[in-house]
Amino acid sequence: MKERLLILEDGCVYHGLGFGYDQFRIGELVFNTGMSGYQEVLSDLSYCGQIVMMTYPLIGNYGINRDDFESLDPAVFGFVVKEACDTPNNFRSDMSLDEYLKLKKIPGLCHVDTRAITKKLRSTGTMRAVMADSGCDVEKIVKQLKESDYLHDQVKRVSALKPFPIPARGKKVVLMDFGAKHGIIRELSKRHCDLIVVPYNTTAEEIIALHPDGVMLSNGPGDPKDMREAIIEIKKLIEHGMVIFGICLGHQLISLACGADTIKLKFGHRGCNHPVVDLESGKVSITSQNHGFAVSEESLVHTDLIMTHRALNDKSVEGVKHTKYPVFAVQYHPEAAPGPEDANSLFDEFMDLMESEKR
Amino acid sequence: MAKRTDIKKILVIGSGPIVIGQAAEFDYAGSQACQALREEGYEVILINSNPATIMTDTAIADRVYIEPLTLDFASRIIYKERPDAVLGSLGGQTGLNLVVELANSGILTEYNVEILGTDLQAINRAEDRELFRELMMEINEPVPESNIVHTVDEAVSFANKIGYPLVVRPAYTLGGTGGGFANNEEELRIIAESGLKLSPVHQCLIEQSIAGFKEIEYEVMRDNNDNAIVVCNMENIDPVGIHTGDSAVVAPVQTLSDREHQMLRNASLKIIRALKICGGCNVQLALDPQSFRYYVIEVNPRVSRSSALASKATGYPIAKLAAKIAVGMTLDEMLNPITKTSYACFEPALDYIVTKLARFPFDKFVHADRSLGTQMKATGEVMSIGRSFEESFLKAVRSLEMKCDHLENSEIAADSDEVLWEKLKHQDDLRLFVTAELLRRKASVDQIHELTKIDHFFLHKFEHIIALEQLMLNNPRDLNTLAMLKENGFADSYIARKWSMEEDDLYAQRKQNGIMPVYKTVDTCAAEFVSATPYFYSTYESENESVRSNRRKIIVLGSGPIRIGQGVEFDYATVHCVMTLREQGYEAIVINNNPETVSTDFSISDKLYFEPLTIEDVMHVVDLEQPLGVIVQFGGQTAINLADALVKRGVKILGTSLANIDLAEDRHEFEAMLRKLQIPQPQGETAIEIEEAVAIANRISYPVLVRPSYVLGGRAMEIVHNDDDLRIYMATAVKEISHDAPILVDKYIVGKEVEIDAVADGEHVFIPGIMEHIERAGVHSGDSISVYPAPTISQKVKDTIIDYTIRIGKGFQFIGLFNIQFIVDKEENVYVLEVNPRSSRTVPFLSKITGIAMSHVATRCILKESLAEQGYQEVIHPEGNRTFVKAPVFSFAKLRSVDTALGPEMKSTGEALGSDVTLEKALYKALLASGVKVPDRGNVLMTIADEDKEEALSIARRFYNCGYGIYATSGTAKYLSAHGIEVHDAIKINENADKNVLHLIRMGRVNLVINTMSQNKSVSKDGFLIRRTAAENNISCFTSLDTAKAMIRVVESLSFTTISMNELEAV
Repeated sequence: MKERLLILEDGCVYHGLGFGYDQFRIGELVFNTGMSGYQEVLSDLSYCGQIVMMTYPLIGNYGINRDDFESLDPAVFGFVVKEACDTPNNFRSDMSLDEYLKLKKIPGLCHVDTRAITKKLRSTGTMRAVMADSGCDVEKIVKQLKESDYLHDQVKRVSALKPFPIPARGKKVVLMDFGAKHGIIRELSKRHCDLIVVPYNTTAEEIIALHPDGVMLSNGPGDPKDMREAIIEIKKLIEHGMVIFGICLGHQLISLACGADTIKLKFGHRGCNHPVVDLESGKVSITSQNHGFAVSEESLVHTDLIMTHRALNDKSVEGVKHTKYPVFAVQYHPEAAPGPEDANSLFDEFMDLMESEKR
Repeated sequence: MAKRTDIKKILVIGSGPIVIGQAAEFDYAGSQACQALREEGYEVILINSNPATIMTDTAIADRVYIEPLTLDFASRIIYKERPDAVLGSLGGQTGLNLVVELANSGILTEYNVEILGTDLQAINRAEDRELFRELMMEINEPVPESNIVHTVDEAVSFANKIGYPLVVRPAYTLGGTGGGFANNEEELRIIAESGLKLSPVHQCLIEQSIAGFKEIEYEVMRDNNDNAIVVCNMENIDPVGIHTGDSAVVAPVQTLSDREHQMLRNASLKIIRALKICGGCNVQLALDPQSFRYYVIEVNPRVSRSSALASKATGYPIAKLAAKIAVGMTLDEMLNPITKTSYACFEPALDYIVTKLARFPFDKFVHADRSLGTQMKATGEVMSIGRSFEESFLKAVRSLEMKCDHLENSEIAADSDEVLWEKLKHQDDLRLFVTAELLRRKASVDQIHELTKIDHFFLHKFEHIIALEQLMLNNPRDLNTLAMLKENGFADSYIARKWSMEEDDLYAQRKQNGIMPVYKTVDTCAAEFVSATPYFYSTYESENESVRSNRRKIIVLGSGPIRIGQGVEFDYATVHCVMTLREQGYEAIVINNNPETVSTDFSISDKLYFEPLTIEDVMHVVDLEQPLGVIVQFGGQTAINLADALVKRGVKILGTSLANIDLAEDRHEFEAMLRKLQIPQPQGETAIEIEEAVAIANRISYPVLVRPSYVLGGRAMEIVHNDDDLRIYMATAVKEISHDAPILVDKYIVGKEVEIDAVADGEHVFIPGIMEHIERAGVHSGDSISVYPAPTISQKVKDTIIDYTIRIGKGFQFIGLFNIQFIVDKEENVYVLEVNPRSSRTVPFLSKITGIAMSHVATRCILKESLAEQGYQEVIHPEGNRTFVKAPVFSFAKLRSVDTALGPEMKSTGEALGSDVTLEKALYKALLASGVKVPDRGNVLMTIADEDKEEALSIARRFYNCGYGIYATSGTAKYLSAHGIEVHDAIKINENADKNVLHLIRMGRVNLVINTMSQNKSVSKDGFLIRRTAAENNISCFTSLDTAKAMIRVVESLSFTTISMNELEAV
């Protein structure tokens, strides 16, 4: 393994060893605290444009298998770990982490003090970063980092290019794909939904013309405010009385469509251990989360949305529902993959809502 | 739901004496629980029979009862205290069983006492195999094919249906006592018979074997609001088949994909919800390595050994929160005590890997069956933390104090390949060392996996360690190599040995080149949130998180893993020292590696370093912290043994100086000092050669007491009566005899053994009490029944003892604690047997019964506050009216092939305290609390050596007069009959297999066995079998007539004697 650097926009340089692919892209450096599920994280399209660092130090232990992908083509810009296992073992393992990263052209970096970097991100917030070969011109790269902007077109990069069906005999659901995890499709298919996956820029009219029982707004990468057109279409769908369930980016878009505001979190919520309180029942679910933005609680005041779920720790908004229309959304991932399946019943709620709204 | 306000007073049940399968983890859990309840404003009443614990300190509860954990005594406390509720789920299996007994007796209903935490139905559903299986089927969780049996024949017929191999699991026993694998009918019959007998409800589960599956554990918690979380999951490196207490365990799981993990997590949460447990629960699962098939193996509806490990591994205090849940609080309203900024309702994220290795007692029980199976055999454990598996694992290896500083064992290295493969099949305590050695000899990972079923992931890691060894050998003294070795956890001592360097030179070289560890924080959240917890581990990375403060600081060394001879007592002393240092305004820093104990609770000290107790690891902390000094006298021999190396490196030992420690520990200096102080000791000398020892023995005349110097708990100590036995001893008993560690040959004096613990400030001495042992000298002090106040020695003897103690305290210039063992012969001559310049096993016992917090006083002496300044003007603490008895507790049922006969080598694992107004009552309680059943009538079996027959006669007569039936083997029977005692003949072992003496014991026809051993060792085979059979059938066996006398004394006090008038005439 060759020496490889991780350079942060504040000029910090971490010396590690390179693995995976050997061409680098500037991305937003974020950390994920999940102790398992690296394959799902890597292939989660919500990480488009980001360099993901795992806080658990031993990654790759059970290899990469053919079943646990959350997308066909991962969109992360880099992967940072303390130790990448090159002798994985699991009955489903097909290849090592290194092999997978090479295959998917994702650069990797290992043998750095990931805890130190996590602590840094915790106090400064996420930062732009890039990997580089040793011997590079660090100053130049830092300058480049400082001047570079965050991406604004991630959803476009990862969304389906044209609509396609996943037929079944149950409820007809249109899934607006902003970078949907396979987990969402898996959960809807499990409930026999007759799915039509449509691109991010599909209009409300086009969707309504499909006569769905409900619309699922998927997760996806980036700043929700970059999605101006989608927000307008969603607003139309809501006012049309469509049953809508939003997850993650979908949740943020619904909130924006209803007049609420979103804010960027300092370092986001990324991991599998986030407690969320259901404000109605008072019960706590441990949830899988991956978001760098959140809906601002104050901004809900002048909307028809009410907060239904709250993060136990930082009190941020984790779920909303519409007071007039059959619309609800959560910031976290009830489809899990990776992470706890505590909140899985939200999909049943969606099914029930479609049933009860059926005319 | 909020905190309960309708209950005010809570009775907490402790776990009692330490035995294999139930150890110091319950001291940790229990103390935490009591404190948590008091924090919430409840009045806490505690019952626990174990005096060696922090839990039974009066400061822990509002009222502490050190009484036997039996229905009788627990009921008495309920009559007296009238609690509103009882909490037993923090007192291990003992606590849980007692709650069940109390509930069944009706007393809880009668006195309106509510069961907190896990309710009776949940306990029953988790513990009763049949109910548990029913529940699992109800909620669709798979359990292995199995059947409950009540007889051996039932077991066999079920086996014929489902085939072998099978597992036998007795219901309601500790640490799987009495269970095991059966590969055929013969084995099944043996195991099922003993299992049925050991189960208090006489039932066993016969189960399809799933050996070879991955063994995965989930520590889950649930509150009254049905919030449920997983605190930690753990993976056993050893697959199903080896008890998890004996397995090498890592946390979190390493080889499961997220899907497998979520599947098992869901199952665990479903189970805790179905059982409606409020508090903590441990779920053990078996996962097929080749599919998603899994089985639920077992559920412990309470805080357990694994939950203590999980608490230390994650920082999440399970017991504390479980106690709060028991009184109605919910997880989402309690703050995470580590971060204090996030809530307890979350699942800890680790950013390190934890390894637990078990500490086995086979160094003391060399003849024990070392193979591992479903019955736990370890006495203790160590935990270590690292950022890689290699680092974490190798730190754990050197924490064990098994004379291994690496995954390398010199004995194994000498074995041939064939022998090694054979050993690997047998899976004993050294299996991982055997694995490493085979890998070293180029065996393939696949070959080893084939035999052991250890996951390839771990085997590859071991292979990596072996590859690094080669790198080390190929690159001597290379700095880059050194850095890599250190990152992977290699010890300086090991590298230095292989590079032919001095260890301190290597250390210096590292320091010079910046190859030094940093310390990371255990924070439950992988650095996501700010955490103020001062809980650290070392690793070789860039950022150091342990910042030295400006305060005056002192490092206290802990005592490492619990083993026979060094138990929880030393942790007790350590904790008291730490608390005193903090009270006195010092920053108290603890280094220790035992996850079970109170001292490794991060809230006890100002800073906790969870590290191996080797000179290298301690010096790293010293270098960083620059303390005023290090205190070694509370951490048992583990800490004392580091004193020399610390002083050599310029570190100050606080308290008794190294020179004075050596004065007490070095044989020659010690003898010279005693002569100078004019204190008599048994005549003795040291020997290195066999014939040298024989010559000494003949000079001072037999019997002689032989033992290696610098030992713990009388390891390899024996009383020898002739030249032949001495030659055998010298040739076999001790492996390494050298000038540094010679053999001591002492005159063995018959007499009473007396023991003191004292505190000295360098000038004055204070003695809290003098304890007398029931057993005569020859039985290790740790295995003797100890009585305070000393009941039979005269004031003259006491005065002599006080005088000698003062002379020794001053002469050796002790500062802090010391312990002296005396022997008093018939002429009332007092000899000093040994002086320990440190805290001893009896310190907690004596502290509690005299009310003098000895470690506290000693710590203040160490901080230069004189005894007088502390208000101790007198020399000895006045004795009160109550009698206190400390009885040893053994774990013989769990250790196959270990001889239960007591001798100079310590064998007990724990102790129990009984106290009352008379010696008999106190003895009764102590015996009862230590697990001896004391029926007022029954049968006693006597097999007595010739030289003891005369003395045994009166004992037999007393039992006889109390209405006991006397069984005896032929010689003894003849002797007793000749003296007018009616005796039933017990047939010798080789005479009639179906009706012989062993059969009598197995059938439960005798309640008690008295067996003494002949001085001629060769005829002891029968006696050994009798003692083992008694142990395996849970029947008390006394091998010292002194213990038997104490027992009859108790029986007499409980019962009445009936003597016919005819006999009266004869008397």
